[in-house]
Amino acid sequence: MSNDILLKVTDLHARTDNKEILRGINLEIRPGEVHAIMGPNGSGKSTLSSVLAGNPAFTVTGGSATFHGIDLLSLSPEDRSHEGLFLSFQYPVEIPGVSMVNFMRAAVNAKREYFKEPPLSAGDFLKLMRQKRAIVELDNKLASRSVNEGFSGGEKKRNEIFQMAVLEPRLSILDETDSGLDIDALRVVAGGVNQLKTSQNATIVITHYQRLLDYIKPDFIHILYKGRIVHTGGPELALELEEKGYDWIKEENN
Amino acid sequence: MNSNALTQYINLFTEHRQVIDSNSAEAINALRSAALEALTAAGRLPEKGDEGYERTSVNAMFAPDFGVNIGRVNMPVNVGASFKCGVPNLSTLLAVVVNDRFAPTSTLLANLPEGVTVCSLAAAAKEWPELVQKYYGSVANMADPSTALNTLLVQDGVFIHVRRGVQLEKALQIVSIAAPGETPLLSARRVLVVAEDGAKVQILKCDHTQGDTVANLSSEVVEIVAAPHSLVDWYELEEANASSARRSQLYVRQLEGSDVNICGATLTNGTTRNDYIIDLDGPHTTTLLSAMAIGTDTQHIDNASTLRHRAHHGHSRQLFKYTLSDSATGAFEGGIEVGHGSRFVEAYQTNRNILDSTSARMHTKPQLLIYNDDVKCSHGASTGQLDPAAIFYMQARGIPKAEARKMLMQAFMVDVIDNIRLEPLRDRLRHMVDRRFSGHRASCADCSC
Repeated sequence: MSNDILLKVTDLHARTDNKEILRGINLEIRPGEVHAIMGPNGSGKSTLSSVLAGNPAFTVTGGSATFHGIDLLSLSPEDRSHEGLFLSFQYPVEIPGVSMVNFMRAAVNAKREYFKEPPLSAGDFLKLMRQKRAIVELDNKLASRSVNEGFSGGEKKRNEIFQMAVLEPRLSILDETDSGLDIDALRVVAGGVNQLKTSQNATIVITHYQRLLDYIKPDFIHILYKGRIVHTGGPELALELEEKGYDWIKEENN
Repeated sequence: MNSNALTQYINLFTEHRQVIDSNSAEAINALRSAALEALTAAGRLPEKGDEGYERTSVNAMFAPDFGVNIGRVNMPVNVGASFKCGVPNLSTLLAVVVNDRFAPTSTLLANLPEGVTVCSLAAAAKEWPELVQKYYGSVANMADPSTALNTLLVQDGVFIHVRRGVQLEKALQIVSIAAPGETPLLSARRVLVVAEDGAKVQILKCDHTQGDTVANLSSEVVEIVAAPHSLVDWYELEEANASSARRSQLYVRQLEGSDVNICGATLTNGTTRNDYIIDLDGPHTTTLLSAMAIGTDTQHIDNASTLRHRAHHGHSRQLFKYTLSDSATGAFEGGIEVGHGSRFVEAYQTNRNILDSTSARMHTKPQLLIYNDDVKCSHGASTGQLDPAAIFYMQARGIPKAEARKMLMQAFMVDVIDNIRLEPLRDRLRHMVDRRFSGHRASCADCSC
């Protein structure tokens, strides 16, 4: 772990449809760290990930987010991706008619263009795909299919981690990556995430359940409630939640 | 401009009838009197509202003061400039039509197999008067004003005949160039396709315009006779300029067991109105009718279909897709009619449209008329925008928004392209659609292949 701050979120407020969802988030993440964000339904976990990734459905009404020194909130979603932010979607979107290969080629080459590098040759691109597919045991036949179309729940989530492997982000946000996964798929997905972990990158794991954290070991656990982080602790906090539920958090903060 | 556009053409015809007749042939001339009667009885060309929901006014399309090349003066045309590319990996038998003048290429003449005729319609009418007489005007609705006006003025066209049992393995390609010269020009164009019993023919027609500024109007009537157990594919690509107008009617008659695949693509145009009228007169027919329209700027694209199932066990599928940006407008009126006694028919129709700007407009009216039990029919129409969730997902992977939109528009057209039965043409069209969505207007003209 390093003392450099990879992501610093300060007093972040965001809303949608005139409803305030994030009401002052503060968060600091350093390279090499794994942070878990937990919390009851509707507490704003997915909104936080959407806002950080730049989803236009949400409006930031206050606060700031600095990503390795850059004002994250001023960037377009694509530039956030190029700068190294990756969001693994809770519900990966199906895109009929766009093949996985074309989708990934467009993504890889857009990033290369951003860094003024020439596009990857066809051979190098296919080699890259092959290497990264192996990390999450993703079937080759999915490459010619449309993005996420007809994928099973497990394939969709593996596909997310595959994309993460290809794009090599500095900060990955896994939004309920465990939802809809059977235990074998969960192991594969978590195994993929762990393989991609280095001392230079960091991960935010958003989850309801402690189960995923058996596989992806967090350094910190934050509890989000009513749009604020109300509790931060070590891995033991997850066990406490599993045992006691969220009621004590709700009571403390009502 | 003329408030009654018809008058100028009737006057022109009456004045020059002898010249028109002498430039053409008896089988073609024979239908002019009936056409004139139909037009005189109608009194005027259809206006908006006359022919159904949001149908484009034919009167307005024909109202500008177009000249007609009665004397058949050769228009200077640079075929290479308007049309550079072939379809890679698709070896076709090529013919060029400049305005209404048929010009075969030497490869066409050298390579037409026994039993296949591709030639000037007027020449065919002189050479085989009985054959042309039998089919010319037999499929089209001669009482329709647009068809009648075409029949009144047409002097020549293309005649395609495939003899019983002959399977043409190479596709025929007709490159149709509108070259108005210096003044606005109306070309009356005609195509007659006859596929005899068990014959196979696949035709690709590419429409281009030469120059950019002089207005031109193409009046087109295509008649296709698909005899029992024949296979006919008709693919048409329009890549015209903004000064072009096109009034096209494609009439098909399908007999027992015939298999017809029609796909139209409007890539660039000015004002276009296409009617597809297909009569399924024999049992066990298969019909696939699809069209795509890509509208930007002020392009206007109006497609209509009428599929009449008049026999049992017919199977038809229709797919019409539009993407409209800027101030482009589109209209679609789709019809399936299942007549009395046409049992066990399956007929499906889908129209889907993407509006990519707030000023683009789409009007759609899908329609089913079923006079029978024991059929499976459906129709559906939807008009919407690109999925914002898909755009964000792609952006989140680093794909710039403009690129994401382009990819989604292309993806939207994929199933129309997939309906084409010539693989090289599918690849080519995919490429052309890609270029079109990248902002190139005339993709063929700039093509280096």
